[in-house]
Amino acid sequence: MSVTPSTAERLRHASSLIDRLPRAARPLSGSAPGSADGMEDVLAPGAPLLSEVFSATGNCGVPVGFVLSQLPKRAFTGAPILWIRDRLTRHEAGRPYLGGMRPGLRVLRVDASRPVDALWAMEEGLRCGMLGAVIAEIWGDPQVLDFTASKRLAMRSESSGVPAWLIRRAAAPNLSAARRRWRLSPAPSLADPDDPQAPGQIRWEAELFRTRTGTPGRWRLTPLADRLEIETAPQAPQSADTPLRQAI
Amino acid sequence: MSLLSCLPVPSEAAQIRPGSGSTAARRIVSVHLPRFSIERWQRVLGRSGDAPPEDLPAGLTVDGPHGPVLHATNRAAEALGIRPGARVTDMRAICPDLRADYADIAGDRAMLERLMLWSRRWCPWTTLDGEDGLFLDTTGSDHLWGGEAALLARIEEAFSALGFSADIAMAPTPGAAWALARFGPVRCVATAQTLAADLAGLPVRGLRLSEGQALLLDRLGLKTIGALAQVPRAALTRRFRTTAAQDNPLLRLDQVAGRLAEPLSCPEDPPHFSVQTRLPEPVEDPAPHLSALCTELCRIMARQGMGARRLRLSIYRTDGEVRHLEAATAAASRDPAHLERLWDDRLERIDPGFGFDLITLCARWSEPLTGRQTRLGGGAEDEVALARMVDRLTARLGPRAVSAPAPRDSHIPERREGWVPALGAAPARMQAAAHRAPRPLQIFDTPEEVHVLYAVPEGPPAQIVWRKQTLRVIRFAGPERISPEWWADRPSCRLRDYYRIEDQTGRRLWLFREGVHGDGRPDPPRWCIHGIFA
Repeated sequence: MSVTPSTAERLRHASSLIDRLPRAARPLSGSAPGSADGMEDVLAPGAPLLSEVFSATGNCGVPVGFVLSQLPKRAFTGAPILWIRDRLTRHEAGRPYLGGMRPGLRVLRVDASRPVDALWAMEEGLRCGMLGAVIAEIWGDPQVLDFTASKRLAMRSESSGVPAWLIRRAAAPNLSAARRRWRLSPAPSLADPDDPQAPGQIRWEAELFRTRTGTPGRWRLTPLADRLEIETAPQAPQSADTPLRQAI
Repeated sequence: MSLLSCLPVPSEAAQIRPGSGSTAARRIVSVHLPRFSIERWQRVLGRSGDAPPEDLPAGLTVDGPHGPVLHATNRAAEALGIRPGARVTDMRAICPDLRADYADIAGDRAMLERLMLWSRRWCPWTTLDGEDGLFLDTTGSDHLWGGEAALLARIEEAFSALGFSADIAMAPTPGAAWALARFGPVRCVATAQTLAADLAGLPVRGLRLSEGQALLLDRLGLKTIGALAQVPRAALTRRFRTTAAQDNPLLRLDQVAGRLAEPLSCPEDPPHFSVQTRLPEPVEDPAPHLSALCTELCRIMARQGMGARRLRLSIYRTDGEVRHLEAATAAASRDPAHLERLWDDRLERIDPGFGFDLITLCARWSEPLTGRQTRLGGGAEDEVALARMVDRLTARLGPRAVSAPAPRDSHIPERREGWVPALGAAPARMQAAAHRAPRPLQIFDTPEEVHVLYAVPEGPPAQIVWRKQTLRVIRFAGPERISPEWWADRPSCRLRDYYRIEDQTGRRLWLFREGVHGDGRPDPPRWCIHGIFA
């Protein structure tokens, strides 16, 4: 028994509207900058919006680890992930290794040769509403990744309900329509209690330097098996060049 | 022996005589490809340009209970006395430079099925016969090829052009054609009148009996079909009362003579879907016609409950050239809108020259696609949506660019997960590894060699120079030793000692030392970065 496409389309549209209702009705968070509460608010795994993650050093694994910790639950119960990488990223940072990730992920890998292909593949993936997430890794600041391109991705992600993540390495945070923009870097890990020489519990420095909802801030994160522990807020953002809240 | 020899010579001997009129009219061709496997192997290697010379002994093997066993041999090996069924180690004793390769049984089968369809050029009714033969029912079609003898010559010529040697015979029954192809003269044509004389001298193996049964008849002194036919029916019936039907000499004899019907069941032609548009004037842009072609193709596929897996769009140019574009789908589909979108951005790659006046769209590979219940609230099914996304990505970026993991049974980290084109396989879920040693989130396909300062011989790394940057090792964990897989690796492969390190910036890397000092290799150990941790 098939439903005519128009009816199906309308039903899906209506259900996506219902999904978005509580979020639209929620007031902007007013917590103090840098507090753990603010972090709890912006760390809502699986929120269907476009986020950008900048890596302080070119080839470090923190952005990937952070994005994986923010995947929605359905990504671990069967919804595939579209993982797109451009040629330079493949060359500089290797390929995703599922042996090091949480079991249960279904990954579909796309090797794009140019950034424009990576962005096209990302849009194509966001059109398919059954994906768990779309992750794209793009090296540097290509011309094609401008405000318009990010706006398209953001709107498509919000209309399909699929979280979209852009991992930017060796890139400058230029103008973008991404709803949340993170800057991540590794922090020295704690000593292993059993072996003082060995790296023990790993830690990350996270800076949310732009967000539409919630408050920007800096935090130190400790990734545990299934959640992120927010440790301290070392200092508020040095916000000379990054205003607290920007209108988009 | 005594039982048969003491019998009187009967008047109602089980003679070979044509049976009823209907079977006498049949003309069956049996094609036997005696070296099918090895010739196909040579053909495959020849296509990549490294076909082995035919005068060197070579064979294909299958796994037996005590090591590999020869499955097929070439002429050179046969001349040295190497026979299929022998163990490879035994035959290496006879001929040390025997080249042995694995047989591809499933590939052979698929090729034989393609040959069966291909041989429908001579008659409409063909069927498989075992692992290395075909039956063609050429009743009434020989006059199209200039007579029976000319038809057989033509068939043999066509097979040899493909690189296959073939034994061919024609007879009124499949059984007789089978026996004459394998044991009779070259390109034998037996009619109902000459059948008894042609078969009389052939060995009893020609009756499609098992090895054991043929050996038994041999020992009873019934070495030829003619000798067996002289034995009275009653005696044969009594002697082989409990034998299975396909191993019973009397039943087989009846099938050869046509007294017992042996119908050939012919598999149907795979459906072929093709639509075309003829244009009154040459045009240069195929895009406006694509929508109508896709709709029409989907309509004729829906009538038979099929969906397309592979499509080919051809344009026939006015200067006589033909240009093609191909597209593939991950799951059978007959949705016109989806099929049309597969050609997006690709039509400009087709060179229309000075215009074309005929455009065809054909489903080169189709699969059954029955109607499916979608979700109650409408909306497409998840897996269908996923397959369509894979199709679109593949159509634009190429089949190798879109891949899904294929877990493998290996403990070498990079070998543990292979990636295969997603067009063929749905993405598998990775299972948790048996061990819980930490593994990186990203690895390099080829580990990157680095300069490392370490305490010789087996100390941990102290300082690393990677991509012209000097990293000081603040913390390290390891070594974790991973040995090569001796059953898969080259003997020169060395073991790896993996270290997990953290540098002064907090970046965590996975690096290994390949080999140890004094492991008998000329080179000192090498250090490589293999992965990056979160």
